[in-house]
Amino acid sequence: MILIAIISLGGIGAVGAILLYATSKKFEIHEDPRIARVQEVLPGANCGGCGFPGCSGFANACVNAENLDNLLCPVGGSAVMEKVAIILEKEASKTDPTVAVVRCNGTCEARPKTNQYNGVSSCAIASMLYGGETGCSYGCLGFGDCEAACDFDAIHINPETRLPEVIEDKCTSCGACVKACPKNIIELRKKGPKSRRIFVSCVNKEKGGVARKACTNACIGCGKCEKECAFGAITIENNLAYIDPVKCRLCRKCVVVCPTMAIHELNFPPRKEKDTEPAVKPQKKPEPIETTTPENK
Amino acid sequence: MEYVLMFIAAVFVNNVVLAQFLGICPFLGVSKKIDTAIGMGLAVVFVLTVSTLFTFLLQKHLLNPLGLGFMQTVSYILVIASLVQLVEIILKKVSPALYQALGVFLPLITTNCCILGVAILVIQKEYNLLESIVYAISTAIGFALALVIFAGIREQLAMTHIPSGMKGTPIALITAGLLAMAFMGFSGIV
Repeated sequence: MILIAIISLGGIGAVGAILLYATSKKFEIHEDPRIARVQEVLPGANCGGCGFPGCSGFANACVNAENLDNLLCPVGGSAVMEKVAIILEKEASKTDPTVAVVRCNGTCEARPKTNQYNGVSSCAIASMLYGGETGCSYGCLGFGDCEAACDFDAIHINPETRLPEVIEDKCTSCGACVKACPKNIIELRKKGPKSRRIFVSCVNKEKGGVARKACTNACIGCGKCEKECAFGAITIENNLAYIDPVKCRLCRKCVVVCPTMAIHELNFPPRKEKDTEPAVKPQKKPEPIETTTPENK
Repeated sequence: MEYVLMFIAAVFVNNVVLAQFLGICPFLGVSKKIDTAIGMGLAVVFVLTVSTLFTFLLQKHLLNPLGLGFMQTVSYILVIASLVQLVEIILKKVSPALYQALGVFLPLITTNCCILGVAILVIQKEYNLLESIVYAISTAIGFALALVIFAGIREQLAMTHIPSGMKGTPIALITAGLLAMAFMGFSGIV
């Protein structure tokens, strides 16, 4: 009895094993070994920032593509793409690293509440209903959809200002928050030399008076910065200034002239007092390199 | 008519999850999004049907003649596990799209107790081959239905204010309990 049991169970197992072996041989898939090697050098974050389903999808696309021009891993940046290029013996396109930038500075102080919202705590839902709790219908809603979308713990809502703040070192510019923000406030901008960058921290397209009434930090579209800029980097459209990160030479003149302090500078050394001229010019002028920075207008 | 009644009984009255409490693990584990719930449901329909067919044949033509009824569980698990592996290998080659859609759920099903449960139940209830297949498909559809409904409720729950102590698993378990009570309303219609 025991013998029969052992033999039959062993038999089932053996048949199963043989069957599995035979089918795995017959249905073997010949994967390009380079796909696995490319995947090894990728960060493995599976964030989908490249537009492909995960790192394996991106590796597959890299191997199959004729050149790497339109392929970029936003997390790894140029460094990783060069490694990929070596494996595939192709040319990698050079791109500047980018970082997520929050274009709203309507803090609680600057932007008084005009109503109260008690609904679902989600920017996507709140924005479908109406313009938000303040007079500015363009600004940040502050429910933290961007925070929830971030896989890297790099963006957090500041409880005091109720605005999101990006932790630059953690931000991989995967673009998840850009997609999550229903107000299109977050933009991926060129990181700049020593991560110095200047941007208009407002997306309000109302006329000056209306914008100013809703938020004291709003861009009123006065055009002072446009006149001040020697490089033609600033354009005003729909009462809103925009600084082209490619043309901007980081001279900081526009920051000083802005009457509402809507233009922000990041990671610059402090200015000398009584000196409205740019105190320290960046040592090297950044070469105008072609970027693929998307303009989320 | 007999099969229609069997179908209704298996899907609604004796729902595998909400009345028999089999396969609770994937019911709670993969019910956070409707998309994944549908994927899991389809994978279960597929595997449950195929595995019931094979275990039924195994019982009738190997275990019963040899008088090895006590080896039912262990041999069933062996057959189901190798069957799922086999399906996975073939699917990967023949239909990569379906393989991608089912994804990790296919191997996960191997350890799903509703698969083994149904395979044993059809023997206990002494169904014939056709009845077994119909019962397996209906049970699997019942599983998929419960999973999708539950996933829909959880998707809505995720957007509401829930007291912090109830967030996550506690509220999911309460929801599952209420859903099971709702399905009790079907008892007695067949």
